[in-house]
Amino acid sequence: MSLSTLGRDLSPTPVVEGRSLVKSFGRTPALNGASVRVSPAEVLAVMGPSGSGKSTLLHCLAGIFVPDAGEVYFDGQRTDRLGETARSQLRRTDFGFLFQFGQLVPELTVEDNIALPLLLGGRPRRDAYAAARSWLPRLGLDDLGSRRTGEVSGGEGQRVALARALVHQPKVLFADEPTGSLDSLTGEIVMELLVSLTREEGTTVVLVTHEARVAAYSDRMVLVRDGQVTLAEPPPAPAVAADGPVAQPHPQSLTR
Amino acid sequence: MSVPVTLLGLLKRESSYGYDLKRDYDTYFGWGRALPFGQVYATLSRLARDGKVSAGQVEPGAGPDRKRYAITELGAREVEEWLRTPIEPEPHLQTLLFSKVVLSLILGRSARTYLDTQRAAHLERMRQLTELRRSADSVDALLADHALFHLEADLRWIDLTEARLAAIAKTINRHEEVQP
Repeated sequence: MSLSTLGRDLSPTPVVEGRSLVKSFGRTPALNGASVRVSPAEVLAVMGPSGSGKSTLLHCLAGIFVPDAGEVYFDGQRTDRLGETARSQLRRTDFGFLFQFGQLVPELTVEDNIALPLLLGGRPRRDAYAAARSWLPRLGLDDLGSRRTGEVSGGEGQRVALARALVHQPKVLFADEPTGSLDSLTGEIVMELLVSLTREEGTTVVLVTHEARVAAYSDRMVLVRDGQVTLAEPPPAPAVAADGPVAQPHPQSLTR
Repeated sequence: MSVPVTLLGLLKRESSYGYDLKRDYDTYFGWGRALPFGQVYATLSRLARDGKVSAGQVEPGAGPDRKRYAITELGAREVEEWLRTPIEPEPHLQTLLFSKVVLSLILGRSARTYLDTQRAAHLERMRQLTELRRSADSVDALLADHALFHLEADLRWIDLTEARLAAIAKTINRHEEVQP
């Protein structure tokens, strides 16, 4: 009997997993045996000081970087051995991305920007714009659809970026310091929307942040230190099935 | 939270029965911990003794409390003064954290292990407060925010301390060697 058939109380098959990831830039090591598992519909915060390797970890899990060693899985499939084209396809269809800034096209309108991932994915124009418009009220952007994103405020822009990251209903949202350029109140609004929308959609979230207040929106947190992942909190008590094996502990729980 | 001056503040708004004061106190300042009736009436009678409130006649009717309290000139001045005065900036928790780190190092224990445990506890509490705040009304959210910012400040200190642990240990060892 496999673990995945025992129900979701037992450690579910992770949506995203990195095993013993190693990645260096030139002679600078960024990841040094980092392992992490992200469960379905979980909001996982990845914390750590600057230069700890947390963004590199996100880039490896999301197929933007290929690790020098170790394995990356998405939905049980190995992704680090895919070619650039296949990884790019994966990023477009199954993943959404939200960064600190620089992701919107300022000359295009709010609606254009949100529809863009769908248009690039080959969705008919009409469909793409209908879908884009349906996201406006969910983000409190009702009246801004035809404004150029170069003209909206930082907080509004980040809400547009959030809609654009979710419009194609990705399985995983990768967010790297999504509130990094915002003041606390505006950042709270973005985080509130990010968490409530991804919960509604059942989207798994990998959230990289150095801010505890942002990480506090997550279901679980891990800490990246010197290129390795440590649990920031004690792991849940192991689940035991009446007739099944004990759930495997998360690999990173063994590192402390 | 200073109960007497808070009750005075509520009375500055309008004269009230003890029951109403307790209800308003619990709503705004109780944060899940109700003020006992006994404390409300004991506080009000002390305030009356000191001339900061005046108690009206016992009114006819049912219920335990038929006395209306009003703030006096003296009481009103105290509220105004209290509202104007900044509180002593006193980071209580941080001194405790500090003591634990320094004592760990003096005793040769792993301060890093302690800091990790403390970080986990802080983060977990911040997550609970954030979850709570998401469903709270704006007044409760205000208090949760205050707690969150304080916990965040502690966390920043924890991170910084961890980064400097080796240097701090060296300094402490030097002190310890000098003293027999």
